[in-house]
Amino acid sequence: MYSQGLNESNLASAETPEFLAEFQARIDADEKIEPNDPMPQAYRQTLIRQIGQHAHSEIVGMLPEANWLTRAPTLRRKTALLAKVQDEGGHGLYLYSAAETLGISREQMTEELLAGKAKYSSIFNYPTLSWADMGAIGWLVDGAAIMNQVPLCRCSYGPYARAMVRICKEESFHQRQGYELMISLCNGTTAQKDMAQDSLNRWWWPSLMMFGPSDSDSLHSDQSRLWKIKRFTNDELRQKFVDATVKQAQHLGLEIPDPQLAWNENKNDGAGGYDFGEIDWDEFWRVVKGHGPLNRERIAARTKAWEEGAWVREAALAYAEKQKSANTDPNNLAQKVS
Amino acid sequence: MQSAALPTAESDARFIQLVRLADDHLILGHRLSEWCGHAPMLEEDLAMPNIALDLLGQARALYSHAGIIENKDRDEDALAYRRLEREYTNLLMCERPNGDFAHTMLRQLFFSVFMKHYWLSGESSSDPVVAALASKAQKESDYHVRHCAQWVIRLGDGTDESAARLAKALQALTPYLHELFESDSVTQTNGDVGFLPEPSTMQTRWRADIDTIFDLAKLCLPSVENLLTQGKSGGRQGLHSESMGFLLAELQFLQRTYPNMQW
Ligand SMILES: [Fe+2]
Ligand SMILES: [Fe+2]
Ligand SMILES: [Fe+2]
Repeated sequence: MYSQGLNESNLASAETPEFLAEFQARIDADEKIEPNDPMPQAYRQTLIRQIGQHAHSEIVGMLPEANWLTRAPTLRRKTALLAKVQDEGGHGLYLYSAAETLGISREQMTEELLAGKAKYSSIFNYPTLSWADMGAIGWLVDGAAIMNQVPLCRCSYGPYARAMVRICKEESFHQRQGYELMISLCNGTTAQKDMAQDSLNRWWWPSLMMFGPSDSDSLHSDQSRLWKIKRFTNDELRQKFVDATVKQAQHLGLEIPDPQLAWNENKNDGAGGYDFGEIDWDEFWRVVKGHGPLNRERIAARTKAWEEGAWVREAALAYAEKQKSANTDPNNLAQKVS
Repeated sequence: MQSAALPTAESDARFIQLVRLADDHLILGHRLSEWCGHAPMLEEDLAMPNIALDLLGQARALYSHAGIIENKDRDEDALAYRRLEREYTNLLMCERPNGDFAHTMLRQLFFSVFMKHYWLSGESSSDPVVAALASKAQKESDYHVRHCAQWVIRLGDGTDESAARLAKALQALTPYLHELFESDSVTQTNGDVGFLPEPSTMQTRWRADIDTIFDLAKLCLPSVENLLTQGKSGGRQGLHSESMGFLLAELQFLQRTYPNMQW
């Protein structure tokens, strides 16, 4: 999930207390809610917003990595990166489909994204400046996404939960692939290792920001937890991410850019964990509100693709309509030409 | 390799032709990957990389085998990344900037229809590695043809704008068709020994497929005679368009900036 924990489920609903209690009982019994089931309007809206944000994040998230497709250093890396970016597009497609089961169209969601009305993960507003960023993104960004998303595989809404199971498998493959790229750089020359360290320096804090505002400042109501859309708080997930990632950085021989990072044996109920420095929340909110390094450029790129593709979509539609009125099946086309 | 020199030995001819094919696939796959994230619809953001991945996979197999035949310790990356522009011998069509979606799809159709028939013949290569590679690539090309044909038909018989764009793409691409079928001492040698078919022998089958598709797309291809006399040429000799240097500047960026490193 890349929804940044900003979901506000504060829509007034006209549902009766009995209806709401019955719905809650189903959730409490761990029943899955399916598209045709009755559900509170606020539940529906919360999911539409969250799944939509997640889908947009996958799509906008293609751009920073696509930026290096033509410059990948070997054929193996070029192929792996292309397959990864393609996977992210596939995630976007499943997620838009999951959102569509709630009564919103992909077009509508796309238009909201391009109009700046729908959010996507802020991490993708940062630039990819070196090849090492392809490693750091897989390792950190896909890694943080997994922390967020694994609990969503048990989300109460069936189509979302099922989409997440498949997506999580691919995200963890991306995470390992990114980490393996970092290993190659760290086992390489000084220039390569410097490239890796510089990349970690730039991506570390934005990755921690992926978990959203800290719990004390979170706009996120308890409602999402009650509905089993969200199962852990932002800070719990962030802590888990830090604990897992610091060890991986040590293994690489890279330094986490945080002087306050320190092992604390009392953390995590005595299991131990890392204390870490304060996130720059001014930067966090600046990027969320549209003033990050590349917010405008990312939306401009999506808008350009959408507008320049309009004639293609119109042609496809016109052709399909001609076929329909000619009473032929366009799916039979392939047989005619081969 | 010296692309301008004519080969004397059979192994030279085999190497040269495998590299030509590999270069076609690498350069076209590279161009196609530029669409990723910028396609007209999400489905095409998945489909175009799919085709690009097949092309890159074929390029890798072809370079690797070429390297083995050459026997000078050059692996797929040495061949793909560390040659001079004059040593790349791809078809000029492949390096053309993508243009719009109509241009990209029509170019891919022309290339994939050719490759589909080429690989089909290549399945009976005297070299078992080439035969196996051809058999796999043939199935992939067949899928590419279907995908691109559907688009060319939709665009040709879609709206006025899409038909006009497709017609413009055809005009732009026509001069590059001649090169697909070009024959020289390399292709002749390889054809004679049954290593790889002569490209010129694909003409009739290629033309028949394109005509069927164009019929449905309401397009008309100029006559073969015109294609063969008015075409551009030079790719197989490493004489490229002005855009090739920029393509290679990106492709080779890391290998050139940080030589001799493992990635
Ligand atoms: Fe994701
Ligand atoms: Fe993803
Ligand atoms: Fe991913």
